[in-house]
Amino acid sequence: MTNILICGVGGQGIVLTSKLIAATAMEKGSPVRSAETIGMAQKGGSVTSYLRIGECSAPMFCRGEADIMIAFEPAEAVREFACLRKGGTVVLNTHAVMPVTAALTGGSYDPSVMEDFLDRADCRVISLDAEKLSAQIGSPKVMNMIMLSAAVRSGVLPFSLEDVAEVMKKTVRPQFVEMNMKALYNTVL
Amino acid sequence: MGNAAIAKGALAAGLNVISGYPGTPSSEVLETAAKTDKDIYVEWSANEKAALELAAGASYCGARSMVTMKQVGLNVASDPLMSLAYVGVKGGMIIMVADDPGPISSQTEQDTRTFAAFSKLPCFDPSSVEEAFSMVADAFELSEKYHTPVIFRPTTRVCHGYASIDIPDKEEWFVNKPTGFERDPSRWVIFPRLSYKAHTEIEKRNRMLSQEGCKGNCILKGSRKGIASHGISAAYVHEVLEGLDDKPSFFKVSMPFPFPEKTALEFLSCVDEVLCIEELDPVIEKELTYVCGKYHLDVKIRGKLTDDIHPAGENDPTYVRDAVQGFVSGVCPEREETVTPKLPARPPVLCAGCPHRASFYAVKMAMRNMKAVFCGDIGCYTLGNAQPLDMVDTCLCMGAGVNIAQGIGKIEPDTYCFAFVGDSTFFASAVTGVINGVYNQANMTLVVLDNSTTAMTGHQPHPGTGRTMMGDIVDKIDIEAVLHGVGVETVVTVDPFDLENAVNTVRCVAALEGVKAIIFKSPCAVIIKQGKPCTIDKDKCTECKACIKRIGCPALVISDGKVTVERSLCTGCGLCTQVCPVNAIERGAQV
Ligand code: SF4
Ligand code: SF4
Repeated sequence: MTNILICGVGGQGIVLTSKLIAATAMEKGSPVRSAETIGMAQKGGSVTSYLRIGECSAPMFCRGEADIMIAFEPAEAVREFACLRKGGTVVLNTHAVMPVTAALTGGSYDPSVMEDFLDRADCRVISLDAEKLSAQIGSPKVMNMIMLSAAVRSGVLPFSLEDVAEVMKKTVRPQFVEMNMKALYNTVL
Repeated sequence: MGNAAIAKGALAAGLNVISGYPGTPSSEVLETAAKTDKDIYVEWSANEKAALELAAGASYCGARSMVTMKQVGLNVASDPLMSLAYVGVKGGMIIMVADDPGPISSQTEQDTRTFAAFSKLPCFDPSSVEEAFSMVADAFELSEKYHTPVIFRPTTRVCHGYASIDIPDKEEWFVNKPTGFERDPSRWVIFPRLSYKAHTEIEKRNRMLSQEGCKGNCILKGSRKGIASHGISAAYVHEVLEGLDDKPSFFKVSMPFPFPEKTALEFLSCVDEVLCIEELDPVIEKELTYVCGKYHLDVKIRGKLTDDIHPAGENDPTYVRDAVQGFVSGVCPEREETVTPKLPARPPVLCAGCPHRASFYAVKMAMRNMKAVFCGDIGCYTLGNAQPLDMVDTCLCMGAGVNIAQGIGKIEPDTYCFAFVGDSTFFASAVTGVINGVYNQANMTLVVLDNSTTAMTGHQPHPGTGRTMMGDIVDKIDIEAVLHGVGVETVVTVDPFDLENAVNTVRCVAALEGVKAIIFKSPCAVIIKQGKPCTIDKDKCTECKACIKRIGCPALVISDGKVTVERSLCTGCGLCTQVCPVNAIERGAQV
């Protein structure tokens, strides 16, 4: 059984990532359950997706049971940190997204404080600036593929980059396949 | 997705007609049915009452029908529901009502299980995606066997949960052939005498069903301590039990009404103490307490009523685990609290380029320094309450603002009373309010925020969009013509992004007597193609931040201490260019 938590902010492609992981696991013959809080995802709110690969009866797991957290945003990683098991893996996009209300209410924050917190916590952190990496590849749309690539390379997910590539080719429109392949294979950590 | 499983389960069981009104977390059932099977009849109705009546009519003809809505929608549909319970149906009919513990995206935490008991209708409560799929067929069967509509009430976590399930091929799906409407006034026309007779029969049937139960109800025997649960909480309990050595007995209630008395008795006979883990109302807890009293059983029933379980909100897996472990061991497990750095809040706001922002701002400007009250409605525009707009003084339920504005106006005649409604909610429940106001000589200004879609729930078509769920292009129902038709003389349509004109219009219209209306017409920012982002002339900008403080568009951000436009968000709507006091913001080149 692998418990995965994906978190970030509405519009970052979290639901898509969750679907791709689910499809890949199912392609490999594993049962999958998942649940999302999609609420007002469109409007810049926090989004989380629970994913479970293996036999289980509920789509969500308890605090302290996630084997891996794929965090698209540093503050969201800290917000959901209690979900991670002791010694679990965090794949962290270091690029911060300020709340949409930050300009108005001064609600901005310092992302380095979040990174420090994770560095000191009992977990393995794999940090990358997925925003910058996706800009290098040429499209902000592949950010989720870069995050997924890092998650697969961490060795926690029960499938390989090749497995993801197979499924991705079937679901992504042909003109985007190449760019996604680049994101999947060229992500240097 | 659970909702997709419900749709496919219904199709596999011979669904002929599905109708509904959008509402989170129920909307995807109807959408999936429409996508999966082009041969059935599908409609988004004007509101839940219309949807339920349509499905009932189809069922009178022997069709298998389903009507979908969220829990508060059932309040709107409750009038036909209560009577239909007496009259009954011919073809199987399922009333799919999605409950929302939390609440995550609703205005109440009402429990449809309680509504089922009130309306005396059998109710199914699935605990997983696969159970939702198979239970739909059971629901249709029961409905046809007893000629009664049945309620099917999943909750958010079942509706929006995903699981891998096997669905039989389309060739194996049951096909239901409607036999047609047979005239029989003694059956289809409700009369006091008929209701008396039907009431007697309903009570008899429900007593029988409470002995029979349904296949989903189950008992797992264990220790003398017992857990009773339902829905998604039952799935959480199930997982906790798997990890325990000394397993408590377990009772899962899949049909909470009529309550399975016989099965409950069997469960109670093997325990001394029961913890009921429920979401929303303590339905099982009360029923078990009743059964204990009726049969003089010495079993202690605990749950919400004994403060062992929280009275409101959602049950998450951690909460359920701790509750079960605490109950079994007698000591509450300690929770390790991690101290995290202060986290930024991410409240929902209107999107960048949202026309509602411009509309609210125009009304706000027009009513500056005047005594005015702004009655809001349910939809994206409820977010008009946030700073800096701060333009929602009341919000009760869909369409309510129209009449609330009238009520306030009757007591405070010197106040300018405004009611905001969306285009979809205008058709769903505001029209009668307008008629009421015209007839009863109210003084109010109706503001229709017409963005040509039902944005909040995922952009469903409605009577004003000129598209139906069957994909047909039909005549749009013109809001302006409807308002004229019911006697509203002044109806002005304006583009909210033409700020000066919009403000002047509001001022002129609000000054008139009687019921008058302004239609702010501009499409939802999410469905239109994004225009060129605007730019800020750094030389002109005085950093007064008036643009941010006045309209609060999320595309206006402060970067390195300077006001900047976040190009990926800006739609080029141009509202900010009209609020900057020194004209420092320029529109992007038009596309
Ligand atoms: S309102 Fe105009 S001058 Fe003031 S901060 Fe905004 S762009 Fe600059
Ligand atoms: S033009 Fe101005 S108000 Fe409109 S979306 Fe862009 S920044 Fe926001």
